[in-house]
Amino acid sequence: MDAFLTDARGFLPILLQGAVITVQVTICALLLSTALGLVWALMRYSGLWPLVWTAKTIINTIRGIPILVQLFYIYFVLPELGLDLTAFQAGFIGLGIAYSCYMAENFRAGLEAVEQGQIEAAQSIGMGWAKMMRRVILPQAVRTVLPPYGNTMIMLLKDSSQASVITVAELTLKGKLIASSTFENMTVYTLVALLYLCMSIPLIILSGHLEKRFGQR
Amino acid sequence: MIELHDVHKRFGHLEVLRGIDATVSRGEVVCLIGPSGSGKSTLLRCINGLEAHDQGEILVEGQRVDRRSKTIREIRMEVTMVFQRFNLFPHRTALENVIEGPIQVKGEPAREARERGRELLARVGLAEKADQYPSSLSGGQQQRVAIARALAMRPKAILFDEPTSALDPELVGDVLAAMRSLAEEGMTMLVVTHEMSFAREVADRVLFMDGGIIVEQGQAAEMLADPKQERTRDFLRRVLNPL
Repeated sequence: MDAFLTDARGFLPILLQGAVITVQVTICALLLSTALGLVWALMRYSGLWPLVWTAKTIINTIRGIPILVQLFYIYFVLPELGLDLTAFQAGFIGLGIAYSCYMAENFRAGLEAVEQGQIEAAQSIGMGWAKMMRRVILPQAVRTVLPPYGNTMIMLLKDSSQASVITVAELTLKGKLIASSTFENMTVYTLVALLYLCMSIPLIILSGHLEKRFGQR
Repeated sequence: MIELHDVHKRFGHLEVLRGIDATVSRGEVVCLIGPSGSGKSTLLRCINGLEAHDQGEILVEGQRVDRRSKTIREIRMEVTMVFQRFNLFPHRTALENVIEGPIQVKGEPAREARERGRELLARVGLAEKADQYPSSLSGGQQQRVAIARALAMRPKAILFDEPTSALDPELVGDVLAAMRSLAEEGMTMLVVTHEMSFAREVADRVLFMDGGIIVEQGQAAEMLADPKQERTRDFLRRVLNPL
Protein backbone atom coordinates (compact mmCIF):
# COMPACT_ATOMS: atom_id res chain seq x y z
CA MET A 1 0.00 0.00 0.00
CA ASP A 2 2.85 2.34 0.89
CA ALA A 3 4.52 1.53 -2.38
CA PHE A 4 1.27 2.28 -4.20
CA LEU A 5 0.98 5.68 -2.52
CA THR A 6 4.57 6.59 -3.22
CA ASP A 7 4.25 5.59 -6.86
CA ALA A 8 0.92 7.33 -7.10
CA ARG A 9 2.39 10.56 -5.82
CA GLY A 10 4.99 10.38 -8.54
CA PHE A 11 2.60 9.46 -11.37
CA LEU A 12 -0.36 11.63 -10.51
CA PRO A 13 0.96 14.97 -11.77
CA ILE A 14 1.65 13.43 -15.18
CA LEU A 15 -1.69 11.65 -15.26
CA LEU A 16 -3.48 14.84 -14.27
CA GLN A 17 -1.95 16.59 -17.27
CA GLY A 18 -3.47 13.83 -19.33
CA ALA A 19 -6.79 14.23 -17.55
CA VAL A 20 -6.83 17.91 -18.46
CA ILE A 21 -6.40 16.99 -22.13
CA THR A 22 -9.14 14.37 -21.76
CA VAL A 23 -11.50 17.01 -20.43
CA GLN A 24 -10.58 19.40 -23.23
CA VAL A 25 -11.06 16.79 -25.95
CA THR A 26 -14.37 15.74 -24.40
CA ILE A 27 -15.73 19.26 -24.14
CA CYS A 28 -14.71 20.20 -27.69
CA ALA A 29 -16.11 16.95 -29.07
CA LEU A 30 -19.30 17.41 -27.05
CA LEU A 31 -19.89 20.88 -28.44
CA LEU A 32 -19.16 19.79 -31.99
CA SER A 33 -21.27 16.64 -31.81
CA THR A 34 -24.18 18.52 -30.23
CA ALA A 35 -24.14 21.20 -32.91
CA LEU A 36 -23.77 18.72 -35.78
CA GLY A 37 -26.27 16.32 -34.24
CA LEU A 38 -28.82 19.10 -33.98
CA VAL A 39 -28.26 19.97 -37.64
CA TRP A 40 -28.73 16.33 -38.75
CA ALA A 41 -31.81 15.94 -36.54
CA LEU A 42 -33.42 19.14 -37.81
CA MET A 43 -32.71 18.09 -41.39
CA ARG A 44 -34.43 14.77 -40.77
CA TYR A 45 -37.29 16.47 -38.98
CA SER A 46 -37.79 19.04 -41.75
CA GLY A 47 -39.74 16.59 -43.88
CA LEU A 48 -38.05 17.93 -47.03
CA TRP A 49 -36.79 14.84 -48.78
CA PRO A 50 -33.41 16.12 -50.07
CA LEU A 51 -32.52 17.19 -46.53
CA VAL A 52 -33.94 14.05 -44.96
CA TRP A 53 -32.07 11.86 -47.41
CA THR A 54 -28.76 13.71 -46.99
CA ALA A 55 -28.96 13.54 -43.21
CA LYS A 56 -29.86 9.85 -43.27
CA THR A 57 -26.92 9.08 -45.54
CA ILE A 58 -24.50 11.02 -43.38
CA ILE A 59 -25.74 9.41 -40.17
CA ASN A 60 -25.63 5.89 -41.55
CA THR A 61 -22.18 6.37 -43.06
CA ILE A 62 -20.70 7.74 -39.86
CA ARG A 63 -22.44 5.15 -37.74
CA GLY A 64 -21.14 2.32 -39.90
CA ILE A 65 -17.45 3.18 -39.46
CA PRO A 66 -15.55 2.47 -36.22
CA ILE A 67 -14.41 5.55 -34.32
CA LEU A 68 -10.80 4.35 -34.48
CA VAL A 69 -10.91 4.18 -38.25
CA GLN A 70 -12.48 7.64 -38.43
CA LEU A 71 -9.70 9.03 -36.23
CA PHE A 72 -7.02 7.38 -38.40
CA TYR A 73 -8.69 8.76 -41.46
CA ILE A 74 -8.80 12.32 -40.20
CA TYR A 75 -5.30 12.26 -38.75
CA PHE A 76 -3.43 10.31 -41.44
CA VAL A 77 -5.44 10.62 -44.66
CA LEU A 78 -6.58 14.24 -44.62
CA PRO A 79 -2.99 15.59 -44.56
CA GLU A 80 -2.43 13.79 -47.85
CA LEU A 81 -5.33 15.83 -49.19
CA GLY A 82 -3.69 18.98 -47.93
CA LEU A 83 -5.55 19.39 -44.64
CA ASP A 84 -3.09 19.31 -41.74
CA LEU A 85 -4.55 18.98 -38.28
CA THR A 86 -2.85 18.66 -34.91
CA ALA A 87 -3.50 15.42 -33.05
CA PHE A 88 -5.74 17.32 -30.63
CA GLN A 89 -7.78 18.85 -33.45
CA ALA A 90 -8.07 15.55 -35.30
CA GLY A 91 -9.06 13.88 -32.02
CA PHE A 92 -11.92 16.12 -31.08
CA ILE A 93 -13.14 16.55 -34.66
CA GLY A 94 -13.16 12.79 -35.19
CA LEU A 95 -14.96 12.12 -31.93
CA GLY A 96 -17.31 15.02 -32.54
CA ILE A 97 -18.30 13.74 -35.96
CA ALA A 98 -18.59 10.14 -34.78
CA TYR A 99 -20.80 11.15 -31.87
CA SER A 100 -22.91 13.55 -33.92
CA CYS A 101 -24.91 10.64 -35.28
CA TYR A 102 -25.74 9.30 -31.81
CA MET A 103 -26.71 12.82 -30.83
CA ALA A 104 -28.80 13.20 -33.97
CA GLU A 105 -30.79 10.07 -33.23
CA ASN A 106 -31.37 11.17 -29.64
CA PHE A 107 -32.50 14.60 -30.76
CA ARG A 108 -34.75 13.18 -33.44
CA ALA A 109 -36.46 10.92 -30.91
CA GLY A 110 -37.02 13.99 -28.75
CA LEU A 111 -38.42 16.04 -31.62
CA GLU A 112 -40.72 13.28 -32.75
CA ALA A 113 -42.04 12.82 -29.23
CA VAL A 114 -43.55 16.31 -29.38
CA GLU A 115 -47.23 15.97 -30.26
CA GLN A 116 -48.39 16.83 -33.75
CA GLY A 117 -50.97 19.12 -32.14
CA GLN A 118 -48.17 21.42 -30.98
CA ILE A 119 -47.07 21.97 -34.56
CA GLU A 120 -50.63 22.73 -35.57
CA ALA A 121 -51.14 25.10 -32.66
CA ALA A 122 -47.95 26.97 -33.58
CA GLN A 123 -48.98 27.14 -37.22
CA SER A 124 -52.48 28.25 -36.36
CA ILE A 125 -51.15 31.43 -34.77
CA GLY A 126 -49.06 32.10 -37.87
CA MET A 127 -45.64 30.95 -36.65
CA GLY A 128 -43.02 30.16 -39.26
CA TRP A 129 -40.81 27.07 -39.09
CA ALA A 130 -37.80 28.60 -37.35
CA LYS A 131 -39.82 30.33 -34.67
CA MET A 132 -41.92 27.22 -34.12
CA MET A 133 -38.81 25.11 -33.60
CA ARG A 134 -37.25 27.62 -31.22
CA ARG A 135 -40.30 28.57 -29.19
CA VAL A 136 -42.47 25.45 -29.25
CA ILE A 137 -40.80 22.23 -30.39
CA LEU A 138 -37.22 22.38 -29.08
CA PRO A 139 -38.10 23.44 -25.51
CA GLN A 140 -40.40 20.42 -25.28
CA ALA A 141 -37.97 18.07 -27.00
CA VAL A 142 -35.24 18.97 -24.48
CA ARG A 143 -37.13 17.13 -21.76
CA THR A 144 -37.17 13.85 -23.65
CA VAL A 145 -33.60 14.25 -24.84
CA LEU A 146 -31.85 14.97 -21.55
CA PRO A 147 -31.60 11.47 -20.05
CA PRO A 148 -30.04 9.91 -23.17
CA TYR A 149 -27.94 13.06 -23.63
CA GLY A 150 -26.42 12.62 -20.19
CA ASN A 151 -25.67 9.03 -21.04
CA THR A 152 -24.02 10.03 -24.31
CA MET A 153 -21.86 12.61 -22.54
CA ILE A 154 -20.45 9.91 -20.26
CA MET A 155 -19.85 7.56 -23.21
CA LEU A 156 -18.04 10.36 -25.00
CA LEU A 157 -15.82 11.03 -22.01
CA LYS A 158 -14.77 7.39 -21.98
CA ASP A 159 -14.42 7.11 -25.74
CA SER A 160 -12.10 10.11 -25.72
CA SER A 161 -9.48 7.52 -24.68
CA GLN A 162 -9.56 6.31 -28.28
CA ALA A 163 -7.86 9.55 -29.28
CA SER A 164 -4.73 8.08 -27.69
CA VAL A 165 -4.17 6.02 -30.84
CA ILE A 166 -3.50 9.17 -32.83
CA THR A 167 -1.06 10.44 -30.17
CA VAL A 168 -3.36 12.82 -28.32
CA ALA A 169 -1.62 13.01 -24.95
CA GLU A 170 -4.73 12.37 -22.93
CA LEU A 171 -5.16 10.29 -19.81
CA THR A 172 -5.02 6.82 -21.32
CA LEU A 173 -1.96 7.56 -23.43
CA LYS A 174 -0.14 9.10 -20.46
CA GLY A 175 -0.99 6.02 -18.43
CA LYS A 176 0.24 3.70 -21.14
CA LEU A 177 3.51 5.61 -21.43
CA ILE A 178 4.15 5.50 -17.67
CA ALA A 179 3.19 1.85 -17.44
CA SER A 180 5.43 0.78 -20.27
CA SER A 181 8.43 2.58 -18.81
CA THR A 182 7.93 1.65 -15.14
CA PHE A 183 6.07 -1.67 -15.41
CA GLU A 184 3.86 -0.49 -12.50
CA ASN A 185 0.81 -1.63 -14.38
CA MET A 186 -1.44 -2.09 -11.40
CA THR A 187 -0.73 1.31 -9.87
CA VAL A 188 -0.93 3.18 -13.15
CA TYR A 189 -4.13 1.66 -14.51
CA THR A 190 -5.85 1.79 -11.14
CA LEU A 191 -5.13 5.50 -11.06
CA VAL A 192 -6.28 5.93 -14.66
CA ALA A 193 -9.53 4.10 -13.93
CA LEU A 194 -10.14 6.16 -10.78
CA LEU A 195 -9.50 9.39 -12.65
CA TYR A 196 -12.06 8.50 -15.34
CA LEU A 197 -14.53 7.66 -12.63
CA CYS A 198 -13.87 10.99 -10.91
CA MET A 199 -14.52 12.79 -14.17
CA SER A 200 -17.77 11.01 -14.94
CA ILE A 201 -19.30 11.59 -11.51
CA PRO A 202 -19.76 15.35 -12.10
CA LEU A 203 -21.38 14.53 -15.44
CA ILE A 204 -23.80 12.12 -13.77
CA ILE A 205 -24.68 14.79 -11.21
CA LEU A 206 -25.01 17.44 -13.91
CA SER A 207 -27.35 15.40 -16.06
CA GLY A 208 -29.49 14.52 -13.05
CA HIS A 209 -29.68 18.21 -12.19
CA LEU A 210 -30.63 19.19 -15.74
CA GLU A 211 -33.32 16.51 -15.87
CA LYS A 212 -34.82 17.87 -12.71
CA ARG A 213 -34.70 21.44 -13.94
CA PHE A 214 -36.27 20.77 -17.33
CA GLY A 215 -38.51 17.89 -16.33
CA GLN A 216 -40.82 19.84 -14.06
CA ARG A 217 -43.74 20.17 -16.42
CA MET B 1 -65.21 36.35 -45.68
CA ILE B 2 -64.60 32.62 -46.22
CA GLU B 3 -65.53 31.14 -49.59
CA LEU B 4 -65.19 27.52 -50.65
CA HIS B 5 -65.54 26.55 -54.29
CA ASP B 6 -65.67 22.89 -55.28
CA VAL B 7 -63.10 21.85 -52.66
CA HIS B 8 -61.77 18.30 -52.92
CA LYS B 9 -59.39 16.48 -50.62
CA ARG B 10 -58.03 12.96 -50.92
CA PHE B 11 -56.01 10.88 -48.48
CA GLY B 12 -54.57 8.25 -50.77
CA HIS B 13 -57.56 6.53 -52.33
CA LEU B 14 -60.00 7.90 -49.84
CA GLU B 15 -61.76 11.02 -51.04
CA VAL B 16 -62.65 12.86 -47.85
CA LEU B 17 -64.03 16.03 -49.41
CA ARG B 18 -65.93 15.59 -52.65
CA GLY B 19 -66.73 19.06 -53.88
CA ILE B 20 -67.61 21.48 -51.13
CA ASP B 21 -69.21 24.84 -51.91
CA ALA B 22 -69.94 27.13 -49.00
CA THR B 23 -69.51 30.64 -47.70
CA VAL B 24 -69.26 32.18 -44.27
CA SER B 25 -70.03 35.89 -44.15
CA ARG B 26 -68.60 38.42 -41.77
CA GLY B 27 -70.13 38.19 -38.31
CA GLU B 28 -71.85 34.94 -39.09
CA VAL B 29 -71.80 31.89 -36.83
CA VAL B 30 -71.97 28.69 -38.84
CA CYS B 31 -72.08 25.23 -37.31
CA LEU B 32 -70.82 22.25 -39.25
CA ILE B 33 -72.47 19.02 -38.15
CA GLY B 34 -72.40 15.48 -39.41
CA PRO B 35 -71.31 11.94 -38.56
CA SER B 36 -67.66 11.24 -37.77
CA GLY B 37 -65.60 10.66 -40.88
CA SER B 38 -67.80 12.96 -42.92
CA GLY B 39 -64.93 15.39 -43.54
CA LYS B 40 -65.93 18.23 -41.20
CA SER B 41 -62.58 18.54 -39.46
CA THR B 42 -60.68 18.10 -42.69
CA LEU B 43 -62.65 20.93 -44.24
CA LEU B 44 -61.84 23.18 -41.29
CA ARG B 45 -58.17 22.27 -41.47
CA CYS B 46 -58.06 23.06 -45.18
CA ILE B 47 -59.37 26.57 -44.53
CA ASN B 48 -56.28 27.64 -42.61
CA GLY B 49 -53.95 25.43 -44.55
CA LEU B 50 -53.15 22.79 -41.93
CA GLU B 51 -54.11 20.40 -44.74
CA ALA B 52 -53.66 21.14 -48.42
CA HIS B 53 -56.79 20.69 -50.52
CA ASP B 54 -56.26 18.91 -53.81
CA GLN B 55 -58.74 20.69 -56.02
CA GLY B 56 -61.01 23.70 -55.97
CA GLU B 57 -60.46 27.02 -54.31
CA ILE B 58 -60.62 28.39 -50.79
CA LEU B 59 -60.69 32.16 -50.35
CA VAL B 60 -60.27 34.04 -47.09
CA GLU B 61 -61.06 37.73 -47.52
CA GLY B 62 -60.52 37.21 -51.22
CA GLN B 63 -57.06 35.74 -50.68
CA ARG B 64 -56.38 32.21 -51.93
CA VAL B 65 -55.41 29.65 -49.32
CA ASP B 66 -52.27 27.84 -50.42
CA ARG B 67 -50.14 25.96 -47.90
CA ARG B 68 -47.01 26.56 -49.88
CA SER B 69 -47.50 30.29 -50.35
CA LYS B 70 -46.11 32.96 -48.07
CA THR B 71 -49.56 34.45 -47.62
CA ILE B 72 -50.60 31.41 -45.58
CA ARG B 73 -49.16 32.93 -42.42
CA GLU B 74 -51.19 36.11 -42.85
CA ILE B 75 -54.28 34.02 -43.43
CA ARG B 76 -53.62 32.01 -40.28
CA MET B 77 -53.32 35.22 -38.28
CA GLU B 78 -56.69 36.32 -39.59
CA VAL B 79 -58.39 32.95 -39.20
CA THR B 80 -57.12 31.20 -36.08
CA MET B 81 -58.15 27.85 -34.78
CA VAL B 82 -59.31 26.21 -31.57
CA PHE B 83 -58.58 22.49 -31.41
CA GLN B 84 -60.40 19.53 -29.98
CA ARG B 85 -57.44 18.64 -27.78
CA PHE B 86 -56.65 22.28 -26.87
CA ASN B 87 -52.99 21.99 -27.90
CA LEU B 88 -51.81 24.54 -25.39
CA PHE B 89 -48.04 24.90 -25.09
CA PRO B 90 -47.35 22.82 -21.97
CA HIS B 91 -44.11 24.61 -21.11
CA ARG B 92 -45.78 28.02 -20.90
CA THR B 93 -48.27 29.45 -18.42
CA ALA B 94 -51.82 30.33 -19.43
CA LEU B 95 -50.85 33.97 -19.93
CA GLU B 96 -47.69 33.05 -21.85
CA ASN B 97 -49.77 30.85 -24.12
CA VAL B 98 -52.06 33.76 -24.86
CA ILE B 99 -49.33 36.33 -25.53
CA GLU B 100 -47.04 34.03 -27.51
CA GLY B 101 -48.61 34.88 -30.85
CA PRO B 102 -49.00 38.65 -30.33
CA ILE B 103 -45.40 39.05 -29.15
CA GLN B 104 -43.58 36.46 -31.25
CA VAL B 105 -45.58 36.57 -34.44
CA LYS B 106 -47.11 40.01 -34.58
CA GLY B 107 -44.31 41.80 -32.73
CA GLU B 108 -46.56 43.60 -30.27
CA PRO B 109 -44.82 45.25 -27.30
CA ALA B 110 -44.62 42.81 -24.38
CA ARG B 111 -46.22 45.07 -21.79
CA GLU B 112 -49.31 45.79 -23.83
CA ALA B 113 -49.61 42.17 -24.89
CA ARG B 114 -49.51 41.03 -21.27
CA GLU B 115 -52.12 43.56 -20.27
CA ARG B 116 -54.40 42.51 -23.07
CA GLY B 117 -53.66 38.83 -22.40
CA ARG B 118 -54.92 39.26 -18.84
CA GLU B 119 -58.05 40.98 -20.13
CA LEU B 120 -58.70 38.11 -22.51
CA LEU B 121 -58.22 35.54 -19.77
CA ALA B 122 -60.62 37.52 -17.59
CA ARG B 123 -63.09 37.51 -20.41
CA VAL B 124 -63.14 33.72 -20.53
CA GLY B 125 -63.39 33.62 -16.73
CA LEU B 126 -59.78 32.67 -15.98
CA ALA B 127 -58.25 35.88 -14.63
CA GLU B 128 -56.89 34.13 -11.56
CA LYS B 129 -55.33 31.27 -13.58
CA ALA B 130 -52.99 33.46 -15.64
CA ASP B 131 -49.81 32.13 -14.07
CA GLN B 132 -50.77 28.46 -13.96
CA TYR B 133 -49.38 25.88 -16.33
CA PRO B 134 -51.82 23.96 -18.55
CA SER B 135 -51.15 20.71 -16.67
CA SER B 136 -52.77 22.20 -13.57
CA LEU B 137 -55.90 23.35 -15.41
CA SER B 138 -59.03 21.31 -16.13
CA GLY B 139 -59.91 20.50 -19.72
CA GLY B 140 -62.57 23.17 -19.78
CA GLN B 141 -60.15 25.76 -18.45
CA GLN B 142 -57.50 24.71 -20.96
CA GLN B 143 -59.96 25.10 -23.79
CA ARG B 144 -60.92 28.56 -22.61
CA VAL B 145 -57.24 29.51 -22.50
CA ALA B 146 -57.03 28.21 -26.07
CA ILE B 147 -59.94 30.46 -27.03
CA ALA B 148 -58.17 33.42 -25.41
CA ARG B 149 -55.02 32.47 -27.31
CA ALA B 150 -56.95 32.48 -30.58
CA LEU B 151 -58.56 35.84 -29.71
CA ALA B 152 -55.22 37.39 -28.85
CA MET B 153 -54.30 37.31 -32.54
CA ARG B 154 -57.19 39.74 -33.19
CA PRO B 155 -58.52 37.35 -35.84
CA LYS B 156 -61.32 38.14 -38.24
CA ALA B 157 -62.71 34.64 -37.80
CA ILE B 158 -62.12 31.65 -35.55
CA LEU B 159 -62.41 28.01 -36.57
CA PHE B 160 -63.49 25.63 -33.81
CA ASP B 161 -62.71 21.95 -34.33
CA GLU B 162 -65.02 20.03 -31.98
CA PRO B 163 -64.02 22.28 -29.08
CA THR B 164 -66.02 20.39 -26.45
CA SER B 165 -65.62 16.80 -27.61
CA ALA B 166 -62.64 16.06 -25.37
CA LEU B 167 -64.28 17.51 -22.27
CA ASP B 168 -66.08 15.92 -19.36
CA PRO B 169 -69.78 16.75 -19.68
CA GLU B 170 -69.87 19.09 -16.69
CA LEU B 171 -67.11 21.24 -18.21
CA VAL B 172 -68.76 21.73 -21.59
CA GLY B 173 -71.03 24.53 -20.44
CA ASP B 174 -68.28 27.03 -19.56
CA VAL B 175 -66.64 26.60 -22.94
CA LEU B 176 -69.91 26.96 -24.82
CA ALA B 177 -70.74 30.06 -22.76
CA ALA B 178 -67.41 31.62 -23.74
CA MET B 179 -68.12 30.83 -27.38
CA ARG B 180 -71.61 32.22 -27.13
CA SER B 181 -70.38 35.53 -25.77
CA LEU B 182 -67.93 35.71 -28.66
CA ALA B 183 -70.73 35.11 -31.09
CA GLU B 184 -72.81 37.83 -29.47
CA GLU B 185 -69.95 40.27 -29.93
CA GLY B 186 -70.04 39.60 -33.64
CA MET B 187 -67.08 37.28 -34.13
CA THR B 188 -67.20 35.27 -37.34
CA MET B 189 -67.15 31.61 -36.32
CA LEU B 190 -67.15 28.29 -38.09
CA VAL B 191 -67.76 25.56 -35.55
CA VAL B 192 -67.55 21.81 -36.02
CA THR B 193 -69.67 20.47 -33.21
CA HIS B 194 -71.94 17.76 -31.89
CA GLU B 195 -73.62 20.18 -29.48
CA MET B 196 -77.00 20.55 -31.15
CA SER B 197 -78.31 22.91 -28.50
CA PHE B 198 -75.41 25.26 -29.19
CA ALA B 199 -76.08 25.05 -32.92
CA ARG B 200 -79.77 25.75 -32.42
CA GLU B 201 -79.34 28.69 -30.07
CA VAL B 202 -76.15 30.37 -31.24
CA ALA B 203 -75.60 29.52 -34.88
CA ASP B 204 -77.04 31.56 -37.72
CA ARG B 205 -76.73 28.69 -40.12
CA VAL B 206 -76.06 24.98 -39.98
CA LEU B 207 -74.31 22.88 -42.61
CA PHE B 208 -74.87 19.13 -42.52
CA MET B 209 -72.03 17.11 -44.03
CA ASP B 210 -71.99 13.44 -44.85
CA GLY B 211 -69.65 11.44 -47.05
CA GLY B 212 -67.56 14.45 -48.02
CA ILE B 213 -70.36 16.65 -49.32
CA ILE B 214 -72.73 19.18 -47.83
CA VAL B 215 -76.03 17.36 -47.84
CA GLU B 216 -78.17 20.12 -46.46
CA GLN B 217 -77.81 23.63 -45.12
CA GLY B 218 -80.14 26.20 -43.74
CA GLN B 219 -81.10 28.61 -41.03
CA ALA B 220 -80.17 26.87 -37.77
CA ALA B 221 -83.38 26.56 -35.78
CA GLU B 222 -85.44 25.79 -38.87
CA MET B 223 -83.15 23.13 -40.25
CA LEU B 224 -82.60 21.34 -36.94
CA ALA B 225 -86.33 21.29 -36.26
CA ASP B 226 -87.41 20.26 -39.72
CA PRO B 227 -84.64 18.78 -41.87
CA LYS B 228 -85.54 18.17 -45.51
CA GLN B 229 -83.13 15.37 -46.33
CA GLU B 230 -83.54 11.81 -45.12
CA ARG B 231 -79.84 11.57 -44.18
CA THR B 232 -80.05 14.72 -42.05
CA ARG B 233 -83.20 13.47 -40.34
CA ASP B 234 -81.54 10.14 -39.62
CA PHE B 235 -78.40 11.79 -38.22
CA LEU B 236 -80.32 14.20 -36.01
CA ARG B 237 -82.50 11.41 -34.71
CA ARG B 238 -79.44 9.43 -33.67
CA VAL B 239 -77.70 12.43 -32.08
CA LEU B 240 -80.72 13.70 -30.21
CA ASN B 241 -82.02 10.30 -29.05
CA PRO B 242 -78.97 8.04 -28.75
CA LEU B 243 -80.98 5.32 -27.02
